[in-house]
Order: sequence, then structure tokens, then C-alpha cells
Amino acid sequence: MNIENIKSQFPIFSKKINGKQLVYLDSSNSSQKPASVINRLDSFYKNEFSNIGRSIHSLSVNATNKFDETRMSVKKFINANSKEEIIFTKNATESINLVASTFGQQNIKTGDEILITELEHHSNYVPWHYLRENKGAVIKFAPINDDGDIVISELEKLINSKTKIIAVTHLSNVTGTIVPVKEIIDIAHKKNIPVLVDGCQSAPHLKIDVKDLDCDFYAISGHKVYGPTGVGILYAKKKWLEQLPPYMGGGGMISEVKKDKITYAQLPEKYEAGTMPTAEVIAFNESIKFMESVGIENLVSHERELTNYALEKLKTINSVCIVGNPKNKAGVISFTIKGVHPHDIATILDEDAVAIRAGHHCCQILHEKLKLNATARVSFGIYNTKEDVDILCKAIENCRKVFNLK
Amino acid sequence: MDLKELYQDIILEHGKSPRNYGKCLGYNHNAIGHNPLCGDQVHVYLKLNQKKMVEELTFEGSGCAISIASTSIMTELVKGKSFQTAKKIVAEFLSMIKTGSKIATKDLNEDQKIKIMSLSGVKQYPMRVKCATLSWHTLVSAMDKKIDDVNTEVVD
Repeated sequence: MNIENIKSQFPIFSKKINGKQLVYLDSSNSSQKPASVINRLDSFYKNEFSNIGRSIHSLSVNATNKFDETRMSVKKFINANSKEEIIFTKNATESINLVASTFGQQNIKTGDEILITELEHHSNYVPWHYLRENKGAVIKFAPINDDGDIVISELEKLINSKTKIIAVTHLSNVTGTIVPVKEIIDIAHKKNIPVLVDGCQSAPHLKIDVKDLDCDFYAISGHKVYGPTGVGILYAKKKWLEQLPPYMGGGGMISEVKKDKITYAQLPEKYEAGTMPTAEVIAFNESIKFMESVGIENLVSHERELTNYALEKLKTINSVCIVGNPKNKAGVISFTIKGVHPHDIATILDEDAVAIRAGHHCCQILHEKLKLNATARVSFGIYNTKEDVDILCKAIENCRKVFNLK
Repeated sequence: MDLKELYQDIILEHGKSPRNYGKCLGYNHNAIGHNPLCGDQVHVYLKLNQKKMVEELTFEGSGCAISIASTSIMTELVKGKSFQTAKKIVAEFLSMIKTGSKIATKDLNEDQKIKIMSLSGVKQYPMRVKCATLSWHTLVSAMDKKIDDVNTEVVD
């Protein structure tokens, strides 16, 4: 695999930031976009634009077909059973809110329990918190150990007859922990408890097979998978989408509207109210094609090699501490430098056009557990190289120099 | 933009060894400030005496070099000032950070002006302005005895 060739497909890397070559290490936040995706947005708006599913004219028929093609590609990409199980949303956050809201409305009563973990992003905690506020549900947190791994035996102990759903991330956006979600789903299903997997970070880094996982719900953000912003995906088993009530109401999601009665559209339209991000969904098909052209196996092995290289190099720098040491780790490395706050690290690295993220990364529960206010985070995409890691390490040395560290 | 303008020695020094850290005895005003972007927090303790003079001003909290240094310098400059003068210094500081205006007040001596102006480089780093201003907003909140906590996403 030729990374330089892949990198050249991303127009942003031909731009200079602060007069320097961009070293983009913030892909867990959002990935950069290949030209094919950007061009598809452009060409759709220029030559093909129309809304979908509403009109008879040629443009609308074409747009509707193209929109449907992306749905088919997503189905194949995550190995779903049918395209009815693929719902387009705004992002993974909306996907999780959709499940929390509709599942909660139908299945959660006072005292019922929702089991999540200490690794969760706020987007897989706050939507469930609404059920705690509005329905009197109880939220339990499966603990992590010092390495940043979820302790499965402890998670199992927290399951009881009141547990109504388990929501867990597939890959931590802080420690890079790859969570054994299949094992958790097996445990949950033996007790007839459905599982939602937050796949926001895993979708760009791992092979996703929802059939193999047997998860009930899987949430993805398109913009982290080399796609446009404004596209999210909710995979849900058909039985849930048939059984649960609709989420948002409006045009497109109805079958018949009378003054005294409304019936809803079939799947997947039942969950896609109003005008959808048409151009973005259509362009997202190019993101999937891009991922497939690289090959998930190649992507996984490239990022693993890069992560190991970075971990080795970072460990040799005085006063750098890596956060967590999970058994299985993907291309996300959070660290601290003794004596330098992560915000200062990020500002100083930016001077060298090294883009990282600093803060709590929307994981305050996890940072509280780690007894850290904030961390600096490096996250990789397919376009990163060992040279990027070398520039990062030099920039960190500069950071130590600014702060007069020995 | 030169990093040295942002991370001047005086800022690094105050960031590393902040003055007036801790809870002062006999404080009669206090407020907490949050920066939800990074999770940093500052707690300002203030003792206003009967003449409405800032007799004590201390803080507790964690944060980056910019925020700790800014808070430390604030406590040094505002301590011993009258209520009105303190308010004036805060207003001049916030205006310097936001608009780049000069520090004109006669209530600070030359040394103190150099200290407060060492933070002026922050204006060039929009993402860091909140780091520098949080504790100053929190001080105003403590002085005005506002009940709610200060949140950098709410104040401008």
C-alpha cells in the first residue's frame, strides 16, 4: 500500500498551515476528505440536484436512486441483513438519541436500569441521562481497570432483571481501547437484553460486521469515515425498527395523514423525517468506495504499525505519560506531559502545524476516573505516516523547550 | 505569531509558581468558574473589608499555564485595591484581551502594567482567550455575589 499515493488524494495536504506542511493527528475528531467525496458533492449540486422521493421528474428519480445506492453500500459495508435496517441520521449522536428516545419511550419505566461504561463519550451517556431525568431510570457504569480495559466480570455483575439495555462503545476515543463488544453482546443476549454499540470511532478503524456481532443497534458518524459532515448512520435490527415508535415527525415518514389519524411509512423512511442531507448521503457513497479501495485489512495494519511506532517513540521522551495500556488498541493515543497542560501542548504543537486535540474529549466520566482534568490526544487516519510521528515528537521536544523542562 | 510572545517568562513563572493560591481566611465572597471545553475550573475567594477594599484575594483550581498565570497575576494586581478600582482593572484587562486596547489606568504602577500586559499576546490565539479571562469573569461574579457559577460558554 502506497500511503503517499493515498495522501495525495486528500486536497488539504497540499495546503500549508502556519507556513508548514500539515500534520493532521485529529482524525478521531473528524477525518479529512478525499477529492472523490468533495467532487461528488460539487458535481451533485452542479448537475444533479433535486430532493428525493417526492417528485416524478427525472432529476428526482436520479437523486432518489443515488441516495438508495449509498444505503445499499452501507448495508454491504457493515454486513447488515437488509437496507431497511440502515437509517440515515445527522451523526452518531443523533443515532443514539433516536434509540434512547424511542426505546426509552416504549420500554423504560421508573427503576429500570441502563448499563453503560466508564469509557463512553458524552453522546452515549447524555441521551440515556434524559431517561433518568424523565422516566426515573437508573444508569450504571461498568468500570475500567488501570489499563483502560472494561472489566467484563464486573460488567456482568451489574446486569440484573432490571437491566433493559446495554450501551457500549466499540473503541474508546481516549485510550484507543478496542472493546470486546461481541463478548458483551453474547452475555447480554443470554439474558434477553439488547445492546447498542457506539461505533463512532470503530467504523474508520476496524472491520464492522453487525451480523457477526449480533448487536441490536450500531451508530456511525459519516464525517469520521472520510465522509461529509451531516451524515450519520443507525443500524438497527429490523424487529426493533418495526416495533419502536417513530422518532421525528414530518414529511416523508408518513403513510397517510388524516385529521384524526396518522399512519407511518415503511422502513427505512419511517425514521427519516423531512428533507435529508441528500448531497452528503450521496457523496458518502464515495467515502465507502474510498475505504474499500484502500482495503480495511490494509488500513488496520497500517494504523497498527503507526500506533506501535508512535508509542515506542513517545515513551522515549522524558516526562511524557501515555494514558492507558489496553490489551487491544487502535490508532488513538492520549498522553500528558508532566508540567505542561494539554491546552498549552496543543497551542505549541499547532505552531509546527501539528494538529492534535486537547481537553477531556467529551469523556469527563473517564477523565474523572483517570484523575486527569485533560489530556492531549493524537489520532491517526489512513493518510498518516511515520514521518508525521517524527514531526510530532520534534514538536513535543519544542514544547518541553518552551517550558524549560529538563 | 511568535510563541515567545504568548509564553513569556513571566507567564511561565506564574504558571509554575502561582501567587495567592489556596483559600484565604475570612473570605466573604467567592465564585466558581468553569471552562467546559477543557474541564478546567477556578474557585476565587475574596475578602472585602468594611471600606469595600479587597483585603484578600486567592484562588484554587487547575488549568493551563495561561489560565494559572492570568489568575495569579490578577490576584496580585487586584489585592489591596478598592472595589471600584478593582472593577476598573478587570474591565481594562478584558478590553485588552478582546480588542487589544492599552492599559491606561493610573491605579497600576509600571511594574504592574508590565505584568498585566504580558498576557496581551493571548489576543492572537482566539482559542485561548477563555483560558486567560475565566478567572477575571469569576472575580467579577464573586464581587457581585452572583449566585450562578461562571461558565466560559456563557460569558463573552
